[in-house]
Amino acid sequence: MAYNKPLPVPQGESDVYWQKAKQGELWLRNCKSCGNAYFYPRDISPCCFSKDTDWIQASGKATLFTYGIVQRAPHPGFVDDVPFVTAVVELEEGPKMATNIVIEDPTPENLQIGMALEVVFEDITDELALPKFKPV
Amino acid sequence: MTDLRKTVAIVGVDESDEIGKVPNKSNLTHHAEAAYNALEDAGMSMKDVNGLFTAGTSTLNLAEYLGIEPSFTDTTAVGGSSFIIHIAHAMAAINAGYCDVALVTHGEAGRSRRSRPGGDAADPGSQFETPYGFLGAPINYAMAARRYMHEYGEDKTRQAMAEVAVATRKWAQLNPKAYMQDEMSFDDYHNSRWISWPFHLLDCCLVTDAGGAYVITSAERARDAKKKPVWVLGAAESHDHNLISQMPDLTRTVAKNTGPLALERSGVTHDDIDLAMIYDSFTYTVLATLESLGFCGPGEAPDFVANQRTAPGGDFAMNTSGGGLSYTHSGMYGMFLVLEAVRQLRGECGDRQLDDPKLCLINGTGGSLSSTGTTVLAVD
Repeated sequence: MAYNKPLPVPQGESDVYWQKAKQGELWLRNCKSCGNAYFYPRDISPCCFSKDTDWIQASGKATLFTYGIVQRAPHPGFVDDVPFVTAVVELEEGPKMATNIVIEDPTPENLQIGMALEVVFEDITDELALPKFKPV
Repeated sequence: MTDLRKTVAIVGVDESDEIGKVPNKSNLTHHAEAAYNALEDAGMSMKDVNGLFTAGTSTLNLAEYLGIEPSFTDTTAVGGSSFIIHIAHAMAAINAGYCDVALVTHGEAGRSRRSRPGGDAADPGSQFETPYGFLGAPINYAMAARRYMHEYGEDKTRQAMAEVAVATRKWAQLNPKAYMQDEMSFDDYHNSRWISWPFHLLDCCLVTDAGGAYVITSAERARDAKKKPVWVLGAAESHDHNLISQMPDLTRTVAKNTGPLALERSGVTHDDIDLAMIYDSFTYTVLATLESLGFCGPGEAPDFVANQRTAPGGDFAMNTSGGGLSYTHSGMYGMFLVLEAVRQLRGECGDRQLDDPKLCLINGTGGSLSSTGTTVLAVD
């Protein structure tokens, strides 16, 4: 069945992020003024409002910061997925991002806050892959 | 800082003609009916209105329907808290002389609407949250509630969420306009189905069709109004994120700033407050808000609301209308906090009327716990 969840639409500021994701890599924007990586990618950093920024490759390691287990699909594209896990993960480089946890049996017992995770990439179209996370 | 206490007053409030499940009425119909009713409550007409405030639609759309040409127009839209923030904006505008009778309206056919608002595909949320199913408040707010449980204890938090749901329903049973009138036991709460763990169905606000409006005016005009003026003492507003994944602290809203500032501007303290109207989009929202406002410390809300302390007869009066959880919640509920606050301060609440309340604190939350507006209202 065709993929029918909402699709991200890459923008000028995020093209690199999505191109790298398709290659199986997670890249972040980094503020050279203060040396901190940030999320989501934008040209001017939110920490220093600096234009002196570049891209860095993230390790793909993260910990589970918080999550919910969705029991009622919020969109027709998710009907076959419930229950599924929406989560905020804390990347090793510091920033937090929204994602899904790829796990067979999504129960509170199997999802411990602070647990170690690593990035995986789900191909969703010919051009796009979504970074998700699974327990290490 | 200029002392603006009692320079403006709310002089009219009301809902739209029918609220709850109202097929065949649009958002704008609810706006207009509520405006009509609130003006009647104030003893004013649409001809008096020269300041117009709303959220959810543009004042362009609204003013055309109402047939007015406002001299002050404000579509501040930061979620369900907007209608609390409009009080502060109207206070500023009236004191600046830009208008003297401000109408603030809300209308949303949340249950029966025939169209759904679409997002901008270029927005960060469309790229970095919605593809993962971060769609709708129950999913977004669950992130915050789960984190709170981690920091302060799951069982304690769960019990507190149940306390809020059950206490709020008891108030609804005293409000003839409340959508949910059936008794709710603790077992009913714990047995209700999961929507987005850790939220049961009975942790979540209703989805109804409803409108509401209030009229706010200068002290001078307020003295000629039909009913006793409900004075605005002070207000404050802020926001610290848009996307839930970017919230700086999932257990603290910006009420941590707006609460103390609104109280300071009002010249009163927490202990002076007779009624707290707290936006209860979810049971959890109440816990985080009470702590952020400073009614209790971080992690102390479960003890604060224990033993049905916020229910009728309890010693902390809160959400006496039955709240977004059991009275009505059309989508942006903040408006209805104001309606109940004014009615309680006027003594119009029938079976649920508090004993001569003088001061009410209102706190609206909007977006994904993103924005807050805090206001203190008073009667002489």
